[in-house]
Amino acid sequence: MSYYGIIDGSETSLKNFLAQLPGVDQVGAEARAAMLATRSIKTTSKRRAIETAISMVDLTTLEGADTPGKVRALCSKAVRPDPTDSSVPSVGAICVYNDMVAIARTHLDSIGGQHVPVAAVSTAFPSGRASMEVKTRDTQDAIDAGAAEIDMVIDRGAFLSGRYGLVFDEIVKIREVCGERAHLKVIFETGELVTYDNVRKASYLAMLAGADFIKTSTGKVAPAATPPVVLVMLEAVRDFYEMTQRRIGVKPAGGIRNTKDAIKQLVLVNETAGPEWLTPEFFRIGASTLLNDLLMQRMKMDDGYYASPNYVTID
Amino acid sequence: MERIEVKKTYKLFINGAFPRSESGRVFDVCNSKGELIAHPALASRKDLRDSVVAARAAQSGWAKATAYNRGQILYRIAEMLEGRTDQLATEISDSSGITLKKAHDEVFAAIDRWVWYAGWSDKLAAVYGATNPVAGPYYNFTIPEAQGVIAVAPKENFLAFIDAIAPIITSGNTVIALVPGSASIAAMTFAEVLATSDLPHGVINILTGSHDELAPWAASHMDIDGMDISGIDKKKRAELKIAGAENLKRIHNFESNMTPTRIFAFMEAKTVWHPIGV
Amino acid sequence: MTFEYAPAPESRSIVTIKPKYGHFIDGKFVAGRNHFQTINPATEEVLSLIALGGASDVDKAVIAAQKAYTKTWSKLSGKDRGKYLYRIARILQERTREFAVLETLDNGKPIRETRDIDIPLVAAHFFYHAGWADKLDYAGLGRSPQPLGVAGQIIPWNFPLLMLAWKVAPALATGNTVVLKPAETTSLTALLFAQVCQEAELPDGVVNIVTGNGTTGTAIVNHPGIHKIAFTGSTEVGKSIARSVAGTSKKITLELGGKGANVVFDDAPIDETVEGIVNGIFFNQGHVCCAGSRLILQEGIAEELTKKLKTRMAKIRVGDPLDKNTDLGAINSSEQLAKIHELSAAGDAEGAERWSASCNFPDKGFWFAPTIFTGVTQAHRIAREEIFGPVLSVLTFRTPQEAIEKANNTPFGLSAGVWSEKGSQILWATQQLRAGIVWANTFNKFDPTSPFGGYKESGWGREGGKHGLASYLKEGK
Repeated sequence: MSYYGIIDGSETSLKNFLAQLPGVDQVGAEARAAMLATRSIKTTSKRRAIETAISMVDLTTLEGADTPGKVRALCSKAVRPDPTDSSVPSVGAICVYNDMVAIARTHLDSIGGQHVPVAAVSTAFPSGRASMEVKTRDTQDAIDAGAAEIDMVIDRGAFLSGRYGLVFDEIVKIREVCGERAHLKVIFETGELVTYDNVRKASYLAMLAGADFIKTSTGKVAPAATPPVVLVMLEAVRDFYEMTQRRIGVKPAGGIRNTKDAIKQLVLVNETAGPEWLTPEFFRIGASTLLNDLLMQRMKMDDGYYASPNYVTID
Repeated sequence: MERIEVKKTYKLFINGAFPRSESGRVFDVCNSKGELIAHPALASRKDLRDSVVAARAAQSGWAKATAYNRGQILYRIAEMLEGRTDQLATEISDSSGITLKKAHDEVFAAIDRWVWYAGWSDKLAAVYGATNPVAGPYYNFTIPEAQGVIAVAPKENFLAFIDAIAPIITSGNTVIALVPGSASIAAMTFAEVLATSDLPHGVINILTGSHDELAPWAASHMDIDGMDISGIDKKKRAELKIAGAENLKRIHNFESNMTPTRIFAFMEAKTVWHPIGV
Repeated sequence: MTFEYAPAPESRSIVTIKPKYGHFIDGKFVAGRNHFQTINPATEEVLSLIALGGASDVDKAVIAAQKAYTKTWSKLSGKDRGKYLYRIARILQERTREFAVLETLDNGKPIRETRDIDIPLVAAHFFYHAGWADKLDYAGLGRSPQPLGVAGQIIPWNFPLLMLAWKVAPALATGNTVVLKPAETTSLTALLFAQVCQEAELPDGVVNIVTGNGTTGTAIVNHPGIHKIAFTGSTEVGKSIARSVAGTSKKITLELGGKGANVVFDDAPIDETVEGIVNGIFFNQGHVCCAGSRLILQEGIAEELTKKLKTRMAKIRVGDPLDKNTDLGAINSSEQLAKIHELSAAGDAEGAERWSASCNFPDKGFWFAPTIFTGVTQAHRIAREEIFGPVLSVLTFRTPQEAIEKANNTPFGLSAGVWSEKGSQILWATQQLRAGIVWANTFNKFDPTSPFGGYKESGWGREGGKHGLASYLKEGK
């Protein structure tokens, strides 16, 4: 087997490849991210940025208390985020637990939201602590229910103890299950990987194993999608594209709650990976509360008044 | 019958060897009665150039030696000097006209100077260095380092000569001493002490002769990093400083002895920054 | 999509620039006789008229400083001197934005730098030195250290207010009084600082500011009533100052030029290294004496790193310095721009390969695109002479020893950088490099607690930290 002609799939070749990756200097990476956070986005740029960000939101509900009603409401919002303004784009996807996939898919299709994909968090999300058999079954279930995107978690325990081959093999297996039917997003839970060196290694490991997207976090662990973590992942997809001509997407998730945070992410994308990544095809933002703030900011830009939450729907 | 004495030829001390002056010149040193003691070599600017080459070649190795090692070698100089006390006292007394008792005291003081400086070598970083609490995630420290090759022009006096060279080499500099007139006799006997004291060749180079002739060449020499001109007449210092400005030589003169100021004046502070992270 | 940033200009309404300025002597603004224009280098707009100080102005300033030294400042306790400095630090913090905008207008450097780096560091320098004023006996600088008297201080145009702070704060903390001359093209923030001194009720004559050109500076250097000269600027002028004071008892410190080597080993953290290289040479348009202007790359990574560097350079935003998104502002003067062009042309002529990021420059003002020269050798002028602009020379090496030899092969010795993930290699290289500041896995970082200054022909003495205090003190009895 060959993976992009870079490794042969054995743990040895994977470890050799990961070992030769350059290190990440924590202070330097954080300083770069902080500098980019000072970019000031105004007027027309801001409006475009907000609309782009809306189209990139993976509108998410991942609660034990989720119900079909809640999911259906979220689907309505996903298709038409601002019921008063049809020029606002639909979001990038709906992101739900497995058992809600069919409900979401059916409802989206019934309200003219065929273009909004459903993403399912699979593989014993969020901990990933289950047998491979269960993880495979979980994934298959989601796809059968209509999920077009699978957000899987890696085995952080295996990763942190250096069993990279195990982590790699799991991604390869889930990739096989997804086949042509579903996009695969690989969640690292960067808050548990802790170091940027680990984030860089995990990024390459996942990309080589067949990920379509690399994703920061489950949303259940803090810190999540901090700007420097996303910076390191954007550098990885940029350099991977140089090596393979294959463009991998990036999905920060968790902690991006307002327009300012979202725009900072877009600036990171623009100046690190490049404008080619500034599309929902290659950049998504996993969030639940962000969308409303984006909508409020957009309203403010339209009418010049600071908006009130009373004018955006709470779903 | 009285034994016929074997007299010493006073030469220069360059790179651990005792060459004659390339110029072939000598000068007279007489005692207070006007009787000739010796013909020390009258060093030329070519000898100065050779000394600079030797001092430069020796410098990085000497600076790289551990401070402990440098301290031990300085202490060894004191040990070797102790054994030459009578000879040096006699030479100093003869050549400078002071009493033998005073000359002995001068040699004892010189020995004690070496002991004092020997103890400094491994304390310089503690006294002159610093760890700086910068406002950011960086480890930041300042350490003193030797400047390089230093020329010294001490007064015409054995102890002044020791006071000039000892602080220079303590920190890892190498030195070229321009020893004037009557001080040449004891200085060259001191060179014999150095030759038996484990000091690497080229760390101390001694040229005897005239400040007026050599100091301007040293001041304008672009491969000399600093100069101690304590022994130069005040009126003549400005022209040396002007010549030294060409390579921004560190040129100093000192009023006091046995002060770390004389060491630190010929050291540079290097500050290093490094991020702290995982 | 393309993501163009709309202009985000910082408002200049916060600053008030008078049509004409005089000198600040003995606590008062006094009219000058002759004046010259100071312009905004980004627009060539005339900002104001600056007084051209002559010998008599310098004389008045020195007399005021002497009087202040003997009558008030030397009689104050360290505690009280410190309180004045704390006041100044606090006022500077309050007026940060105003100073940042004014500095950007007069100097051409980006508002992002004046706002986030220059002015905050200025306040930090005063705050830091304020604390030293009553603790000098504990600084390890000998027994009962004493001030020198009147310090004549001549500062450059690249960090106008920051260089003022580096000079004035330690001088006042140690009990000296000051006659300061800002650079010809950048006097405005110094004159605003004079207002801060008034606002802080600093005793009259403790800080005197005489504006002007090189002649004014010469008058300060040669004034017999001055006990200490502190100069930051070119090595050439530094040497001439050293000659001028050779026959006097004036103490002197010099912060001069550099040709900083930035050494990159093949195990460097590559993305942060690229950032560090960019920060090393393009920070402040490369108008930095300690700039990392010689990039020395290990051959195994030279190609990859150069490619990444060019990609990164293409993202540097050049233009209106008041725009918050500008990374590289205007070259400070047409003279400096001509010098950068001249040395770059020498690089072409000597066979180095030039690459510049493509930039759309404003119609007016002085601009130079971020530029690198590859295939540079030690013999090239662009590897030896200080360009003082956004121009980087790239050389390569094979072994660590060769890297150090190349890095040290210069009469300068101000700064150096080293990049590697191997701890022992970092420490080895920092030990070998003959430079007063070594940035390891970072570059162009400054802090008041951290001594700054050069080896060899990069200067005499240090500024900052306890080492910087020594420049303004003598040992007491």
